[in-house]
Amino acid sequence: MLVFIIRRLMQSALVLFAVSVVVFVGIYAIGNPADILLPDDATEQERDHAIANLGLDKPLPVQYGIFLGNAVQGDLGSSFVFNIPSIDLILSRMPATLELAFCALVVALVLGIPLGLLAGLRPGSLLDRTIVTGSILGFSLPNFWQGLMLIMIFSVTLGWVPSSGRGETGSIFGLETSLATWDGIHHLLLPAINLSLFKLSLLIRLTRAGVRETMPLDFITFARAKGLSETRIVGVHVLKTILVPIITVLGMELGSVIAFATVTETIFAWPGMGKLIIDSINHLDRPVVVAYLMVVTLMFILINLVVDVLYSILDPRVRLQGIA
Amino acid sequence: MAEPLLSIRDLHTHFDTKAGIVKAVNGVSFDVAPGEILGLVGESGSGKSITGFSILGLIQQPGRIVGGSIRFAGEELVGAETTRLRQLRGRDIAMIFQDPMMTLNPVLRIDTQIVEAILAHENVGRAVALGRARDALAKVGIPSPEERLKAYPHQFSGGMRQRVAIAIALLHRPRLIICDEPTTALDVTIQAQIIHEMRLLCQEQGTALIWITHDLAVVDSLADRLCVMYAGRIVEQGPAGAVIAEPAHPYTRGLIDSIPSRNSRGARLKQIPGMAPSPLALPAGCPFRPRCSYADDACLNEPSSIGVGAGRDARCVHPLVARVPA
Ligand SMILES: Nc1ncnc2c1ncn2[C@@H]1O[C@H](COP(=O)(O)OP(=O)(O)OP(=O)(O)O)[C@@H](O)[C@H]1O
Ligand code: SF4
Ligand SMILES: [Mg+2]
Repeated sequence: MLVFIIRRLMQSALVLFAVSVVVFVGIYAIGNPADILLPDDATEQERDHAIANLGLDKPLPVQYGIFLGNAVQGDLGSSFVFNIPSIDLILSRMPATLELAFCALVVALVLGIPLGLLAGLRPGSLLDRTIVTGSILGFSLPNFWQGLMLIMIFSVTLGWVPSSGRGETGSIFGLETSLATWDGIHHLLLPAINLSLFKLSLLIRLTRAGVRETMPLDFITFARAKGLSETRIVGVHVLKTILVPIITVLGMELGSVIAFATVTETIFAWPGMGKLIIDSINHLDRPVVVAYLMVVTLMFILINLVVDVLYSILDPRVRLQGIA
Repeated sequence: MAEPLLSIRDLHTHFDTKAGIVKAVNGVSFDVAPGEILGLVGESGSGKSITGFSILGLIQQPGRIVGGSIRFAGEELVGAETTRLRQLRGRDIAMIFQDPMMTLNPVLRIDTQIVEAILAHENVGRAVALGRARDALAKVGIPSPEERLKAYPHQFSGGMRQRVAIAIALLHRPRLIICDEPTTALDVTIQAQIIHEMRLLCQEQGTALIWITHDLAVVDSLADRLCVMYAGRIVEQGPAGAVIAEPAHPYTRGLIDSIPSRNSRGARLKQIPGMAPSPLALPAGCPFRPRCSYADDACLNEPSSIGVGAGRDARCVHPLVARVPA
């Protein structure tokens, strides 16, 4: 297990390196940050000075070399726009995004698994068809459109919850979070639901398919033949069996929740990393974009690692040495 | 004969499929006496497993028991409350399946799967249940049962898994165990061992067995009585020795002739010609007619069950042994 984890972490260093090269070249291809950062009436001299200051006068490979040298020492550069270390900027926005992603995931889990179970246990029933239709809508309608509809219905028409911003935060166990105040929870509600809809639909389908696949298996019939109650059969035998694929997919999706948060954060003006990255791309603020993608990549890698470890705990047939 | 433990009369279990109604069990009647071993034999698809599942009330959609009666110790099980059936399952009637690789849940430990079976019917503490689980494994010959309790099914061989399933079936000293081809998936030596041990354990506890198999050779020495099933019906039944020595139904004759050890060494096995009919398109009259070398026009009418000796009957217009007026 330990060997597996160490090997994984070494592989991830390579991935991070590759990501940084791609982003560096990508931003370089889009345009020159100086054009955007400097006012239109800047003199040639001011311009050259600024470019030299940002290190943009050197050829790309040299710029990258400098970046890499600093990066291995933990310095990912400072934002061109805010002139503070880009990593600090990102970390300051991270809690808002993580909070949003976490709540979305909880909503998806708490609703998705029971709804999927209900549908899967009564295939073809009215309840099943209703749930499946709902999940198809959640799956196929674009996320931003769903967000706009949520705002239309719950903020504009009904006026139940605000449509933008994070609201008041408080602290729980030293963590600053919207969940600590009513105002915060009010603000969080719509964005969390918006972000969860896709995962919710996915979970419903996954659970439903798992239940339908598991119910006809011999070991379920054998469990019945032992005289177990239906509650125990569904709650232990079926649920534990389908948990393995659910955890796997959920782990892969956790990263994409953070990525998708970009759209939700933009619609609901949620002050998280996603909104920051959109702004930074508009300003060609390369250090922030690079740092953001490195952070997100690292998160993906760590999540996958945790999922693999969880997977081996849940499914006794999987041994980690096998999948290194 | 004493009051039968199980008495099935004119049982019909149908499956309502898109292609039509599959009459998987189509008028089955037989009795099982307490402690008796009944062999239920027939080709694949003849309805043996569905008969077994019907007894336990385990027929799932789109299947349904559409008629007949199943009385267990005098109590009618067809149409009984689900809660009542659940009480009987595992406690009074147990079942063992064909594929030991599939009967244990792969993601639950052996102890969990045994303990839950105990707790389903008895109000005992976890520690007591664990102790019973260990004893149950020891009883079916699983070495170092204490450690094996902590293992997962995939850490056992097929034979060992089937022993675990047998241990679970024996937990509550049931009065009847339905064994659905429990040794078919195992190799021959283990098969013989398990059959031998199973018989001893059941003799000890006075448990009756319904031993389902498509292989007559397996039940030859094991069963007290035989029921031969074809296309959802019992076509012949009687004491095992008599049926095998002198079969009355041409289908039973065919089954016996296709047992390897009964043919002279080196000679080709006599297989029954043709294939089992599709349950959706049963031939009119005797369903065995297209494959039967004794068939004639009289067989175009569905034969009814006739007496062919002491405790024996067969569904054939031209039985191979003299018919006895009932
Ligand atoms: N779920 C189902 N839907 C439709 N038909 C079914 C279903 N289950 C069983 N049948 C039909 O019922 C008939 C009897 O099946 P059964 O499983 O009892 O056969 P069997 O005698 O046990 O055969 P085997 O030796 O292969 O186990 C078969 O023709 C099968 O097609
Ligand atoms: S009734 Fe006729 S066809 Fe059927 S088994 Fe007897 S002889 Fe053969
Ligand atoms: Mg079968």
